[in-house]
Amino acid sequence: MKASEIAELQNEPACAHNDKAKSGCARPKPGATAGGCSFDGAQIALLPIADVAHIVHGPIACAGSSWDNRGTRSSGPTLFRTGMTTDLSEQDIIMGRSEKRLFHAIKQAIDEHSPAAVFVYTTCVTALIGDDVEAVARDASERWGVPVIPVDCAGFYGTKNLGNRIAGEAMFRHVIGRREPDPVPDAAQRPGIRVHDINLIGEYNIAGEFWNVAPLFDELGLRILCSLSGDGRFREVQTMHRAEANMVVCAKALLNVARRLQSDYGTPFFEGSFYGVADTSQALRDFARLLGDEDLSARTEALIEREEAKINAELEPWRERLRGRRVLLYTGGVKSWSVVSALQDLGMEVVATGTRKSTEEDKARIRELMGEDALMITEGSPGALLGVYREQRADILIAGGRNLYTALKARIPFLDINQEREFGYAGYSGMLELARQLALSIESPVWEAVRRPAPWAAAHTLGKPLAA
Amino acid sequence: MAQIVRRAKALSVNPLKASPPVGASLAFLGLKNAIPMLHGSQGCTAFGKVFLVRHFREPIPLQTTAMDQISTVMSSDANVIDGLQTICAKNAPDVIGLATTGLSETQGTDIQRLVREFRSQHPEFADVAIVPVNCPDFTGTFETGFAAAVEAIIATLVPQSQCAGRRRKQVNVLAGSLLGPGDIEAIRDWIEAFGLRPVFLPDLGDSLDGHLVPQETTPLTLGGTPKSEIATLGEATATLVIGRSLTRAADLLRARTGVPDFRFDHLMGLDACDAFTQTLASIAGVPVPERIDRQRAQLQDAMVDTHFMSGFSRIALALDADLLLAMSAFFAGVGAEIVAAVAPERAACLADAPCAEVRVGDLEDLEKAAIAAGAEVLIGSSHLAPIAERLALPLLRAGFPQYDRLGGFARCWSGYRGGRQALFDFGNLILENHHEPAAYRSIFWQDGARERELRSADACERKNCHAHGEAAEANAAPAEAGLVRH
Repeated sequence: MKASEIAELQNEPACAHNDKAKSGCARPKPGATAGGCSFDGAQIALLPIADVAHIVHGPIACAGSSWDNRGTRSSGPTLFRTGMTTDLSEQDIIMGRSEKRLFHAIKQAIDEHSPAAVFVYTTCVTALIGDDVEAVARDASERWGVPVIPVDCAGFYGTKNLGNRIAGEAMFRHVIGRREPDPVPDAAQRPGIRVHDINLIGEYNIAGEFWNVAPLFDELGLRILCSLSGDGRFREVQTMHRAEANMVVCAKALLNVARRLQSDYGTPFFEGSFYGVADTSQALRDFARLLGDEDLSARTEALIEREEAKINAELEPWRERLRGRRVLLYTGGVKSWSVVSALQDLGMEVVATGTRKSTEEDKARIRELMGEDALMITEGSPGALLGVYREQRADILIAGGRNLYTALKARIPFLDINQEREFGYAGYSGMLELARQLALSIESPVWEAVRRPAPWAAAHTLGKPLAA
Repeated sequence: MAQIVRRAKALSVNPLKASPPVGASLAFLGLKNAIPMLHGSQGCTAFGKVFLVRHFREPIPLQTTAMDQISTVMSSDANVIDGLQTICAKNAPDVIGLATTGLSETQGTDIQRLVREFRSQHPEFADVAIVPVNCPDFTGTFETGFAAAVEAIIATLVPQSQCAGRRRKQVNVLAGSLLGPGDIEAIRDWIEAFGLRPVFLPDLGDSLDGHLVPQETTPLTLGGTPKSEIATLGEATATLVIGRSLTRAADLLRARTGVPDFRFDHLMGLDACDAFTQTLASIAGVPVPERIDRQRAQLQDAMVDTHFMSGFSRIALALDADLLLAMSAFFAGVGAEIVAAVAPERAACLADAPCAEVRVGDLEDLEKAAIAAGAEVLIGSSHLAPIAERLALPLLRAGFPQYDRLGGFARCWSGYRGGRQALFDFGNLILENHHEPAAYRSIFWQDGARERELRSADACERKNCHAHGEAAEANAAPAEAGLVRH
C-alpha cells in the first residue's frame, strides 16, 4: 500500500477525531506502546464473515499466534474459525516463491473448503518483499471462479484502528455493490408491516450477543441485509449498498464504510450502541427516525415500552445488589460513554472512564452522563489505572482483556468488555448477563481471602523450638 | 447454618449410602500386614470387596466368617473362632480387623467375648492383634464404620500411657475417610516439611496405592501403619485429627495418652490450609518453609484466576458428611452456591455446611433437588454419572465409589496444591459446559441462502464427508439412504 493511500485512509472526514489533534491515530511511541497493528485490526473487522476462507499471507507469526482467538459467533458456517496461513519459509522469501505459494494456497482453500470467497491478508513480510497480492488474487479469482479479495493490511502500516479502516476500504472496493439482495420471502411478509432493509456496521456478535437483539429487528420489520461483520456472509456484504439506513455500532473503526455508503449511495447512517437499556432503545428509535416511517416509529415505541418494562423488572434484584458500587471504566472510544449509561442503568456509580481513544464528541457525552467534573483517564498503564482505582475507592475495574491481569494481580474485581470475552452483554437481555457478571466478580469471596496475609506472616517464628 | 431435612420416604432410590462394615474394612486396610474379616454372610464381604476393588484398582484382602443357614440359626460363634484361627495359621497377619455386619448384629453376636474365647483357645496366636468393632449395617454409614474401626484400633492397640512428647518429632494423624491415598501422601509431605515425623492412622496412602511386589500375590495388606507404630501413638508430641467423624476416636486417644490434639474438619481451601500450616509451625517451632508460602500464593493466584468460573456456579452435591462439609465449604469459599446437598445420614457437622439445607437421602433426592434448584454442576461419586447424563450437567467425581474413571483414589484434594488443582478442574468443567446462546435465525432468511447453508452443513455432517457447499447439498438424499443401510 502506498504512503499516500495510507494517509488518505487516516483522513476520515466522518470521524470526529479529524478536527483536532488526531489522538486516535497518533504515532506509536517505541518502548511505550500497547495495542495491535493494522493486520490485527483488519482481522477483527473481517474475520467474523463466517463463510470466507481467511488466508494470512506471511510467515507463521501473524496467524500462528492469533487464529481462532475471537469471541465472535456464527449461526451457520464455521469456516472462519479454521486458521489458514501461507506460513512462508526462509526459502520462499529469498527465492521469491511466496506469490506462487499463495496462489496454490488459495487453490487448496477453494478445493477443500468450498468457501464463498477467499480473503487474503497481506502481512509485514509480504508487503516488504513486494508481493503483488492484488494481482495474485485477481488471477486466482479468474482461474477458479471464486472471489478472492486482497486485504492489504501489513502491520507496519499503523494501528489496529487503521487496520479496521483498511478492511472497510477493501470491502467497499472489492465486495460491496456486487450483488442485488434476495427478495423478501413471502412468508416473512406480515400485513401492515413494511419491511425496511438496513445494515449494521461494526457489530461483531461477540459471544453471540447480537442474538439478544436480532428478534426485535424481525419484529419491527427491519431486515438486516448485512451485518459487517458479526455472523456475516460474503454474499450479504455484496448487497450492503441497497440498505435504506445504516447503523455504526459502537466503534468508529468502520465509519469509512458508512460514510462511503452515504456519499456513493445516499444511505443515511447513525452511530449507536446496543449496550444498556437506554442505548438499545435509542438505536431502535434512530432507525425509525432515519427511515421516516411513522408507523414504524409507533411500533418501535410500543416495543421499547414493553421491553423496558420487562427488563427493568428482571434487573430489579440485581440493581439492589449493585446499587452504589463504584466502577472504574477503562475502554476505548464510544464504549467510554455507551457502557457508562448501561452501568448507571444498574444504579452503579462510574467514578472514572478512559478517554484515550475518545473524540471530543465522546467526551461531551461523558460529561453529559457523568457530570462536568467527570474524571477522564488518558493514561492506561497498569500503575496509573490502579492509582485511580485506589484513589476513587472503586469496587471493580471494567476494561479489555489486556487489563485482566492488571486487576487480578492487584486482587481487585474485573469485568472484561472487549472482543475476547465469553459473555454477551448487548440488548435488553444482555443487561442481565452484565449485571450477573458484575455481581459475580464484585461479590466473590476470593478477594478477601487473597488479600489476607498468611497467619504466620507477622512473626516468622512461632511457638517454641523443640529441644533437639 | 444448614438445616438438616430428615428422610421422608420409604424407598431409597439410587442409594448414596454405603455400609459401615465396608468403611470399617477400609480403615483396617490402612494397617500393615492386616486383613479385615467381616462377621456375616459371604455376600457382605464379596460386595464390599468389589466396591473397594473397583474404586482402588488394587486387590483387596477381605475375609468372611461365612455365616450359613445353620450357623445363623444355631450360633455363629464357631465361625468367628474358626475364621480367626484359619487366617492366623495361613497368613500370619499382624492385625485382623473383625467387623460385625447387619446379620451378625441382628443375631446378637458378642464380638468382644468371641475374641477373648479365641485368645484362650489359641494362645499360640497371641501375637496376632485382633481388633473387634461393632458396625451393624443398619446404623450409620461408610464414614461412621470407618470411624468406629479407627476408634476400635485405638482401644485395642494403644496402651494407656503418660509419656506424651517422648518422641518429640512424632505427630499422630488420625485420618478420616474423607482422605484418600493422594491426600495422605500430600499431608505427609506437608508435615515433613516442618521436620516432623507423621504417623498416620490409618495410612491408606501407603497401603492402597502403588504396589507391584516380587511375591506377586499376597493375602494381606502391603504398606499401611505398622502395629508397632500404633503402640507409640501415646509418645507423640501432638495428634492432628482430620474429619469431624473421628471425634470419638480422637477423644479416646487423648484420654488414653494425654497427647494434645488439634482438630480439623478438612484441609480444603485457603483457610483450612492456613490453620493446618500454622498448627504445624507451632508444633515444630520453626518458621513456615518458603515452599509452603509459595504453594499458598499459587492457590491464591488460582482462586483469582478461576473466580469467573466458580463464582455463582450452582452446585448440587451428594457425599458422606465430612466430605460434604469439606467440598461445600471449599467451593462456597470461591463464590459458588451450594444449591442442593444430600448426605446419607444425619451428622453433627452437616449443620455447618454453607447452604440452606442438607437433605438426608439418596441420589434420587439429589436429582430432584438439582432440577428444582437449577444446579449447573454435580459433585459426587461415579453413581452420579447417569444422573449427570440425564440432566446434561457436568460431574466432578469425588467420594466413594469412583469406578468409571482412573485415578479417582489417587487424587489429592487437600492442601494448597490439591485445592489449586480442584479449582482448575472445576473451572474447566464449567468452561466445557458453558452454554452458548442459541443462534437466532431471522424470519427473513426463510427459503434463502442462509437456510440452504444449514441444510448443506447438516447433510455434510450426516455423511461425514469432505465435500462442501452445493455438491454436498446435491448429495443429501443419497447420503440419507446410505445412513439407513448402516
